[in-house]
Amino acid sequence: MSYSTRQLGDLTPTNPNRRQGLLAVFHIDLPLLVGLLLLCGFGLIVLYSASGENLGQMERQALRIVLALAVMVAIAQVSPATLRRWSPWLYAAGMAMLVAVLVFGEVGKGAQRWLDLGIVRFQPSELVKLAVPLMIAWYLAEKRLPPSWQRLAIAAVLIVAPVLLIAKQPDLGTAVLVASAGVFVLFLAGISWQLIGGLTVAAGAAAPVIWYLMRDYQRQRVLTFLDPEKDPLGAGYHIIQSKIAIGSGGVYGKGWLNGTQSQLDFLPERHTDFIFAVLSEEFGLVGVLILLSLFLFVIGRGLYIATRAQDTFTRLLAGSLTLVFFVYLFVNTGMVSGLLPVVGVPLPLVSYGGTSLVTLMAGFGMLMSIHTHRRLLPT
Amino acid sequence: MLLKDTIRESQAFLNRAIIAGLLVLAAVTVLIWRMVQLQIVDHEHFTTLSRENRVKVLPLPPTRGLIYDRKGVLLAQNRPAYSLEITPEQVEHLDTTLAELAKVIEISDEDLERFWQLKKRRRRFDSVPIRVNLSQDETAQFAVHRHRFAGVDIKAQLLRHYPHDVKTTHVLGYVGRISQRDLEQIDVSNYAGTSHIGKNGVEKTYESALHGAVGLEQVEVNAAGRRVRTLEQAPPESGVDIHLHLDIALQEVAMKAFGDNNGAAVAINPKNGGILAFVSQPGYDPNLFVEGISTKNYDALQDDESRPLYNRALRGQYPPGSTVKPFMGLAGLERGAIQFDSTAYCPGFFQLPGNTHRYRDWKKTGHGTMDLDAAIVQSCDVFFYKLAYELGVDQLNDFLSQFGFGSRTGIDLTGESTGLLPSREWKRRAKRQPWYPGETLIMGIGQGYFLTTPLQLAAATAAIANNGTFYTPHVVDYLSSRESGEVTPIPPSAHVIPVVREQNWEDVHHGMLHVIESPRGTAKRIRSERYKIAGKTGTAQVFTVAQDAEYDEETLEKKLRDHALFIAYAPADDPQIAVAVVVENGGHGGSVAAPIARAIMDAYLYPDEPPALDGT
Repeated sequence: MSYSTRQLGDLTPTNPNRRQGLLAVFHIDLPLLVGLLLLCGFGLIVLYSASGENLGQMERQALRIVLALAVMVAIAQVSPATLRRWSPWLYAAGMAMLVAVLVFGEVGKGAQRWLDLGIVRFQPSELVKLAVPLMIAWYLAEKRLPPSWQRLAIAAVLIVAPVLLIAKQPDLGTAVLVASAGVFVLFLAGISWQLIGGLTVAAGAAAPVIWYLMRDYQRQRVLTFLDPEKDPLGAGYHIIQSKIAIGSGGVYGKGWLNGTQSQLDFLPERHTDFIFAVLSEEFGLVGVLILLSLFLFVIGRGLYIATRAQDTFTRLLAGSLTLVFFVYLFVNTGMVSGLLPVVGVPLPLVSYGGTSLVTLMAGFGMLMSIHTHRRLLPT
Repeated sequence: MLLKDTIRESQAFLNRAIIAGLLVLAAVTVLIWRMVQLQIVDHEHFTTLSRENRVKVLPLPPTRGLIYDRKGVLLAQNRPAYSLEITPEQVEHLDTTLAELAKVIEISDEDLERFWQLKKRRRRFDSVPIRVNLSQDETAQFAVHRHRFAGVDIKAQLLRHYPHDVKTTHVLGYVGRISQRDLEQIDVSNYAGTSHIGKNGVEKTYESALHGAVGLEQVEVNAAGRRVRTLEQAPPESGVDIHLHLDIALQEVAMKAFGDNNGAAVAINPKNGGILAFVSQPGYDPNLFVEGISTKNYDALQDDESRPLYNRALRGQYPPGSTVKPFMGLAGLERGAIQFDSTAYCPGFFQLPGNTHRYRDWKKTGHGTMDLDAAIVQSCDVFFYKLAYELGVDQLNDFLSQFGFGSRTGIDLTGESTGLLPSREWKRRAKRQPWYPGETLIMGIGQGYFLTTPLQLAAATAAIANNGTFYTPHVVDYLSSRESGEVTPIPPSAHVIPVVREQNWEDVHHGMLHVIESPRGTAKRIRSERYKIAGKTGTAQVFTVAQDAEYDEETLEKKLRDHALFIAYAPADDPQIAVAVVVENGGHGGSVAAPIARAIMDAYLYPDEPPALDGT
């Protein structure tokens, strides 16, 4: 199958009928770009308030956004075929670095996540976030779908290995994201519902094992999630204060820069993981709905790109990247609003910080690449 | 069938993608439902929590009223002071914090001791001082390290200070930290921001006026509890200033006159009952108590044999001794037992009919024939034994009680003693014994069960000087509000002691005048050229000399010596001041107590001239 599509593709690398604008030349998908820019812009506005009107912080974040957009555009130039060729190598490199991090990595906040490459400090788990969906998509796209049991088992190992390495660092949030990236590829590849049911049951059974593997602070987070009021000044403080911030925001919010929870330091980590609470307090339900609409637009566009993709590899990859983006959103907002335990997942494109931003934008670069490097297909 | 495969796979993917999209929508719906729950359903609840988080209602303590003497001399003021205070509820490990704090700022053992002591007695969430009276350097030193010490802060407050310290203690009392016990007696909310309260003296009696009313301030605080801005303010109402009748110059003179002696002196303005001087010797420094006294200092005061904490003027109960004789004389004249010119012979002792027991006169050889005037001037005991016998205990009690003996004067100070004016009924109740006639005689010369406080003596003397108008003694003249300028006088209250014959007052006045003016008077040594003094000496036995034994002042231990008493008023023709002086173990009233009274009267009547203490 792959043989024939590649042949067809080789004849017309780009679609000659498409509008030949600057956007097309640079392989940029305009709706996706607009959605992302709106999200980043909204994020900067919230960040200005969350950082305590710190212009310096805002400038740094704006610079990161520009950088990340540059990365996105750069990756958009890489054709899906090239991405596909890179997939196993990226995966291998990611795994190697994960192992290296465990051996030589730097410890920060009680976890080993960073690899010091002399010039830059680098978080290999970020690379793996992209390498895993690439790898699984590459692997499954080689043969007919739905995959055989044998291939499924191998795919599972390919997912579980990096997830375990990341969880061991320990970085629960990233582990969840990486695992879901792999699982989404499997799901989109059409694995049977029986298997999905079985895996769900197995996950339930594995819970005690996971509990055993968790570090103290992670267990504390889970316990706190189950009963935040038990320790209002200690571990439960984050959740209680963030719920107060969200709830007191009401429908219209307290107004930009007027969130008392945020501005008076009651809200912890307000410009990073808990920035959603700042937004909810100052812009209210209206602001939340605007934000969610922007996210849904980006996700919808991603899924559309996936369904319009021309081969299995790009379909699976685009679908998985889009769904992981949603997982980011859901885990973060769920945790801030007290629906989910506090795992360190930032609000994508909005939270202050550069690493995940670059990874996310790289992912969107791939989506754009998939959508813009089109070949003529007889369909 | 490659193309078919591609189409099938594409179709399968589309199915899964649609399912995924639906799942995304479902999850977003859950999220929105959650937001609606938090932001709409429970909005009120979280708004309240948010407000409680950020808004703190802080009490604004009122400024305590000042206290002035009659001439406007400041006796109690408020001085800005910086103290380092710890709120134990906000400190996790108190011991560690204290140890760390000691590295930043000097903390003595005494500071620590006071801290633990105050901590025990304080209200919940009150801060407790670990260091008081910080210097500017120390304040700055701590400020640098403040971030390391949650629950520890510099507190700037106005602290009570008594510039005349020991001279005013027994009148003003002092303020101290509010204790759990104080809480039961005050409106707690009015004291929300106040750390100190009047513990005794004027500070206690006039607490509500001095304190004022608390103000409130709504402030926005951040998570660390530090103030961000003020939202609303209701200013406090300052305490009212108090102006006393007391004259600090008189206090000073009186205390100086006491020298090393212990005792009490009370001077009253007979025209209104105002307390001009109120001395209990020795005194103590009230400033020690304001920030909490250390156990060491307190024990020293407590164990001092001269009992400086004891307010002798208010609570000391002494037999009036011969100072009761003018009152006795008046009783005799009023109840018809004697005339002003009635005489009695004094052989040096008195015997009850049918009894061999001799009630001795202080003068063994006797005074010879005595009329009332001579009996007062020379303080003849036998004359008054006889008079007491004739009047009987019931009439004595009835008459003397009109002068306030045996009951509280009602002065505006707390803790006053009643003294004791004995009666048959009292003896039956207290001693479960009948009244013996001999006890009437002893009572007639102010001995035995009869006890008075220096304050009672002064008030009674003022009533004599006044021809029977008995003013309730009071310390405070008027209150003045700094805010409104309003002046509230404390009106004098009085009752009139009825007499059958107005002239009887004059007869007693003459006797008292002659005590000083007559060459035989027992207090002739304090005679003044400038004005006339009327008075009466007294000696109160501390130690009962056995029948036929000699009382020899020289050989007796000082603490067993008689108390010396003196009552007086001056000028005799238009009394401006009435004084009672008790010198503990002073011996004879004329030689020890009278000069003190003279010094006080000099200072009052001739304030601009240096005191002449040589006894003329």
